[in-house]
Amino acid sequence: MSVWVGKETRLLVQGLTGREGTFHALACRDYGTQVVAGVTPGKGGTTHEGIPVFDTVAGAVKATGANASMIFVPPPFAADAIVEAADAAVAVIACITEGIPTNDMVRAKAFLDRQAAAGRAVRLIGPNCPGIITPGECKIGIMPGRIHRPGTVGVVSRSGTLTYEAVDQLTRLGLGQSTVVGIGGDPVNGTNFIDCLKAFKDDPGTEAVVLIGEIGGMAEEEAACWVAGNLKKPVVSFIAGQTAPPGRRMGHAGAIISGGMGTAADKMKALAAAGIGVVKSPADIGKKVREMLGA
Amino acid sequence: MKVHEYQAKALLAHFGVAVPRGEVTDSPAEAREIAKRVGGRAVVKAQIHAGGRGKGGGVKLAKDPEEAHDLARKMLGMTLVTPQTGPAGRVVHKVLVEEALDIARELYLGITLDRSKGLPVMMASLSGGMEIEEVAAKDPNAIVREALDPSAGMFPFQARKLAFALELSGDSFKKGVAFMQALFRCYVETDSSLAEINPLLVTKQGDVLALDAKMNFDDNALFRHPDIKEMRDLAEEDPLEVEASRFGLNYIKLDGNVGCMVNGAGLAMGTMDLVKLAGGEPANFLDVGGGANEEQVKNAFRIILSDKNVKAVLINIFGGIMRCDIIAKGVVAAVREMGLSIPVVVRLEGTNVDEGKAILRDSNLKITPADGLADAAQKAVQAVR
Repeated sequence: MSVWVGKETRLLVQGLTGREGTFHALACRDYGTQVVAGVTPGKGGTTHEGIPVFDTVAGAVKATGANASMIFVPPPFAADAIVEAADAAVAVIACITEGIPTNDMVRAKAFLDRQAAAGRAVRLIGPNCPGIITPGECKIGIMPGRIHRPGTVGVVSRSGTLTYEAVDQLTRLGLGQSTVVGIGGDPVNGTNFIDCLKAFKDDPGTEAVVLIGEIGGMAEEEAACWVAGNLKKPVVSFIAGQTAPPGRRMGHAGAIISGGMGTAADKMKALAAAGIGVVKSPADIGKKVREMLGA
Repeated sequence: MKVHEYQAKALLAHFGVAVPRGEVTDSPAEAREIAKRVGGRAVVKAQIHAGGRGKGGGVKLAKDPEEAHDLARKMLGMTLVTPQTGPAGRVVHKVLVEEALDIARELYLGITLDRSKGLPVMMASLSGGMEIEEVAAKDPNAIVREALDPSAGMFPFQARKLAFALELSGDSFKKGVAFMQALFRCYVETDSSLAEINPLLVTKQGDVLALDAKMNFDDNALFRHPDIKEMRDLAEEDPLEVEASRFGLNYIKLDGNVGCMVNGAGLAMGTMDLVKLAGGEPANFLDVGGGANEEQVKNAFRIILSDKNVKAVLINIFGGIMRCDIIAKGVVAAVREMGLSIPVVVRLEGTNVDEGKAILRDSNLKITPADGLADAAQKAVQAVR
């Protein structure tokens, strides 16, 4: 079982013909993902690496039945790409692009919210994220496919490489993953921790969850609150930035302690109070999952 | 990106936000002239990025132009230490000389992003002059919030709501509403991440003005604001951080002695945490990014070593997009160029890991390999002991 993406997913790539887009679209196809279309305005009607290219997302969806999109469009145009995919009712939109202006995301999110209110909800993953993968079935994003194994641990994370680290530990311990979702390091994003936790709760193929957070914002506290009242499956968590100084942006646009809010200590306390297995060291994530599963 | 108070006020004024009359200068003589122009009595304010300037003696009232001259002479060149600068303080290069106003009330107004809502939120409080975080901690209900939609702008009723909460009335009420709407327009159109007016001043004559102003801008949006980008003051930033930014590297200097080079922001933070858990102190945060080339890696390594506190370097790479062989080549090139007098511990994992390890091994450089995260941190911390 899996969450949101699987064998049936038909992927289109916005920004396919760019260097990054091409490289990762092919890596996804090599992994086994059905990459059915590319969208680059002005290059419609051509093919790129054997993939048909369209001028618009709506055109690509109509011609190929694509139901997911992966976005590699440069930051100034990426929010527009998100909205175009949402307008074409693409069910899952993974935006990999890093560096989108916050105001652009505020407007894009408002568009998505209005569409959801009208009963046409789509799922945005990211931006500034590695994407989403259901091991053995479908990879949408830039994560290295080979470190993943099919299994029963759901992973959700604000960080890219830290997710690879956690997945690698799990795989080495013989613990495969149901679905791994990178929700991204930006202050305004689509899918949040709670959306993922709900999906993992409802997925019979998921037995445990790894939640990787970092400093900044209140998303981990909100997730902890939800877990306490709703999730019986074991959850393991690591929060990056225990040694980060306040007021400094630690790489990710969203990773900043401001006004005493968003510290790792507060988040770890809230998560532990919700019965979540909080580890201090990122090297202990896999071990803690094994311990909590009693495996 | 941060700007100085005088720059923030110039931007605000451009959008029709009321600010006191004043000018910035780096000369005491000019300060005297500005004081004359704004009416004789003037406030002299040191321009540094850190807050809490009043507590450090960086904001003073001059009763006449001559005193403005004297105050400016004292402030210019002085090292101002405030609760936010740290003990080292900041050197004052410019002062803002402003008209002295008759203060009736001091309020608070600020705009920042509400992440949970995904919208900007304007906050108003009666406790002007106090840190908003302090107000929030004491009595969260003392802050009135209004979420705003940048596409729609701030509706008058939203501004009225906050103006009532600020207990404005009569002429001040109208001026307050106009102030808030202009402030929001400025926030949106300049791609701010923070616009804070603290205190918001109500004068005895009923005027509503920004007595102080702090604005931060979204780094990701600076490409469409070349005028704001120009306002960056490199003297306010750490020289190593400035240099790192020239090479597209995310580097933040810290106080420890274990230099860290990592790919990915989350893993970079996690690596700092590991160093601390192993009993050491990280010297920096450094994310070389996902697509770094050999040259960037070389520069990253050089910047880490430029920090004289660094007694060992920990390189932690989980190659997803980043290839381990590129990291290895960059490190070898940097060491060949600069020499190496301190221990380097390297943990490589992921794409092209075997090629990367081979490059390090064949270089015959004294590099300590590590297996896994915890091992790497322990070896690096042991090396500085």
